[in-house]
Amino acid sequence: MQLVGTQFSETSGFAGNEVNTFPDYPSEIRAPEGTLYGVSAFQVHFGTKHIHTSGDFIDVLFAMNASSLKVNLPNLKKTGIIIVDTDGFDARNLGLAKFSVNPLENDSLKEYEVHAIDIAKEIKAAFAESAIPSKLIGKTKNIFCLGIAYWMFHRPIDPTINWINKKFKGKDDVILANIHALRAGWNYAELNPEFKKQYVIDRSPLPMGRYRNITGNEAIALGLVVAAKKANLPFFLGSYPITPATDILHAISGYKKFGVKTLQAEDEIAGICSAIGAAFGGNLAATTTSGPGLSLKTEAMGLAVMTELPLIIVDVQRAGPSTGLPTKTEQGDLLMAMYGRHGEAPMPILATASPADCFDVTLEAVRIALKYMTPVLILSDGNIGQSSEPWKIPSVASLPAIEAYFTKDSANFAPYKRDEETLRRQWAIPGFEGMEHRIGGLEKEDGTGNVSSDGVNHEKMVKLRQEKINRIANDIPEAIVYGEQEGDLLMLSWGSTFGAAKTAFERVKANGHPISFCHLRYMNPFPKNLEDILNRFQRVLLPELNMGQLKLLLQGKYLKPIIGLSKVQGKPFKSTELEEKIMSLLTEKEILV
Amino acid sequence: MRTRVDELLERPHVGNLVYTAKDFKPEVDVRWCAGCGAISVLSPSQKLMPDLGLPKEKIVYVSGIGCSGRFPYYMDTYGFHSIHGRALAIASGLKIARPDLSVWVVTGDGDNMSIGGNHFIHTCRRNVDLNIMMFNNEVYSLTKGQYSPTSHRGQITKSSPLGVLDDPFNPVALALGAGATFVARGHDKDRAQLQELLKRAYEHKGISFVEIYTNCRIFNDGAFDLYTNADTRDNSTIFLEHGKPLVFGKTKNKGIILDGYTPRVVNLDQGEYSINDLLIHNEKDSTLAFILANMTYSEDLPRPMGVLQAIDRAPYEVRVANQIQHEIVTKGEGDLQTLLSGDSSWLV
Repeated sequence: MQLVGTQFSETSGFAGNEVNTFPDYPSEIRAPEGTLYGVSAFQVHFGTKHIHTSGDFIDVLFAMNASSLKVNLPNLKKTGIIIVDTDGFDARNLGLAKFSVNPLENDSLKEYEVHAIDIAKEIKAAFAESAIPSKLIGKTKNIFCLGIAYWMFHRPIDPTINWINKKFKGKDDVILANIHALRAGWNYAELNPEFKKQYVIDRSPLPMGRYRNITGNEAIALGLVVAAKKANLPFFLGSYPITPATDILHAISGYKKFGVKTLQAEDEIAGICSAIGAAFGGNLAATTTSGPGLSLKTEAMGLAVMTELPLIIVDVQRAGPSTGLPTKTEQGDLLMAMYGRHGEAPMPILATASPADCFDVTLEAVRIALKYMTPVLILSDGNIGQSSEPWKIPSVASLPAIEAYFTKDSANFAPYKRDEETLRRQWAIPGFEGMEHRIGGLEKEDGTGNVSSDGVNHEKMVKLRQEKINRIANDIPEAIVYGEQEGDLLMLSWGSTFGAAKTAFERVKANGHPISFCHLRYMNPFPKNLEDILNRFQRVLLPELNMGQLKLLLQGKYLKPIIGLSKVQGKPFKSTELEEKIMSLLTEKEILV
Repeated sequence: MRTRVDELLERPHVGNLVYTAKDFKPEVDVRWCAGCGAISVLSPSQKLMPDLGLPKEKIVYVSGIGCSGRFPYYMDTYGFHSIHGRALAIASGLKIARPDLSVWVVTGDGDNMSIGGNHFIHTCRRNVDLNIMMFNNEVYSLTKGQYSPTSHRGQITKSSPLGVLDDPFNPVALALGAGATFVARGHDKDRAQLQELLKRAYEHKGISFVEIYTNCRIFNDGAFDLYTNADTRDNSTIFLEHGKPLVFGKTKNKGIILDGYTPRVVNLDQGEYSINDLLIHNEKDSTLAFILANMTYSEDLPRPMGVLQAIDRAPYEVRVANQIQHEIVTKGEGDLQTLLSGDSSWLV
């Protein structure tokens, strides 16, 4: 189902639409088929414009068995279309789904347009003339459904035929069976009078260029490799497998012909420590992980702060604490990213807003890491990491170069001598003659970098490390307010709440209500104008997939009361949830908390 | 793929390349206790460096936490004093990223066998070309005297006032079991021998593990006296030499034979056994290395010192570089623009 879903979204992108997808699968590898907990789904949201999320409610549901129907029915629109495979509604499947009666045989689905198809029978009929083994035919049910979907939304089938030819190259039987089933699905819908409507979706007014679908994890992988190229540095990734971040390690491990080095380390700690070692050696180094891994890396993150080495740490957040909901999303790591280290250990944090945004955020993180000689933490999440959207492929040549500031003059070298503007320390790597020096976790004397346990020096260094991070605020874009620049209500989003928040903002505004919107990419330091923005509005609404972590930071820093909206169900906000909250605030004039 | 780092590293070395030990002594005070075994490792290290023929900017010492962790501050090379147990992970990343460097890791029995145990076994397994000097004093010293993973059953320490209940690791056996290709043992009372072992470790391509008995005067004084003091060590240790029979004793009158798989001490001056009957050391024989390593805690057998094993296996960082090279040769150097475009893209 994941493959078929990916095909549908790529074809929709090819057809010129905006697309956003979300794969929703159980954490078990091969969860027992037909069970309620084993349902593997792929949600595609597409249209001409305003597609910022994978969608709130389902218009068309393909349910291959009874459990799939039961799990997804609560999210189906009342006028929605259901297409089911009757094979998946036999006694065994009904039992697994805990249906006492077959929902296809009573009137429980009467509000919907239901197409109950014996898919195996239809495929067999379509294959009657061909010599393809029946075993193969049975495996093409999903492709048959894709054919139906392509007919319903008037999508071209050629891109998928090309993909089938490529994917199953050398297995002629498999290619024929799949192409045949795809066409059979299309023909079934076209010839069956029960399929009354075919929808035509206008092309989206997208900027001209070449596009592809990309997930957040893929975009970070590409971003890291491109950033290394733009900085003209060797690249090293030290990582340990963890859901939902592992795709980044998978991708970069396949990029060896670009000269990149990857180490699948023995644990999370070795992942970051090997990256610190590579950074000490002059590499652009990164480590990728999710919450439990970030917990394990915290001591080494403090070492990277202390040694002031450039390093990229990627946290693809998942629902915690502890093992939590490994495949489900959350924004629960913000406070750990900010403060999850012993001592005063400030670190820049950037949050990704969408799959495509991951690429830009990664390049920006690398720029900051090298310019300020600091580890930088990228906060993504399971939703962004695994969902996809069309991405306008940038021209590598036209992306700006990234500067790495090596010290070349040994006569004036001292490891903690600083650049006056950025407070960046001098960077000399092993192999540079005459600059032999020692760094490490012990506090160092300002300038010389000699070990120092002097309390006054320590305070000076703590303040210098903080001031260095503070000054990054002078070097990042100001936050932008959409809608009225001042007034009653501002909705603020960060990370993956961007999609639902933007959709809700556009809808409320289109309905003529006063609402403004601002999205935060820089979580530490905050943009310089953020305090001013917050103070221009009477009320600020902040939806978060946690219990109010950014709310705590903003209220603490700016003493501005914030109206929080929390959701911790392992799922992103629905834009309708935000819309309802905005409308209730606008109509009830809720009193400030 | 050439990068800016390659360009910078290609600058020719302009200074003198003929060093003396003094060139490796930075102008800082050595802050170990007087008589600390670690000091006895410092001078052989400083003396060894000029022999390596390397520009000193190519040498890096990486350490963890513990008394051993201070070592990099006392070597005028590049250095990284890291966090507890993680020296090997940091050094691995450095060596993989920069195979041109000579990377030395200084660690202790607590740092390397306990909190860093996982990194130790995996670094051995990978065979990264690092030279590990593990200062074994069988106690936690910097935290002021608790038992370590190499402390012995019954040992009285601050955290074991009634005696240690654990059995110790045998570091050389652990290293062999984890797949280390070069495994040796030395001690702080024979600096010339130690310098020779460190030289062998440097010359070995792949992981080199040297366990060094270092006396802690404050918290475990005399732990190794039997094996290190001039008047007792000849009878209680055996120095292994490749291709030579296993002879030991003050008058070289004792030797080791193999009885089945079990090593046994025999006297050479009673007529029953001659030097021709003795076990011949072979550094390339991994089975023998295990047998020798297991002599360590035997009360009847001398403690093996010297090189237990030195076998050749491609170092990890070389395999990493070869894999990249193979990809480039077979598929061509990667084109980033093509990579960004992915498998399927469309024009708008």
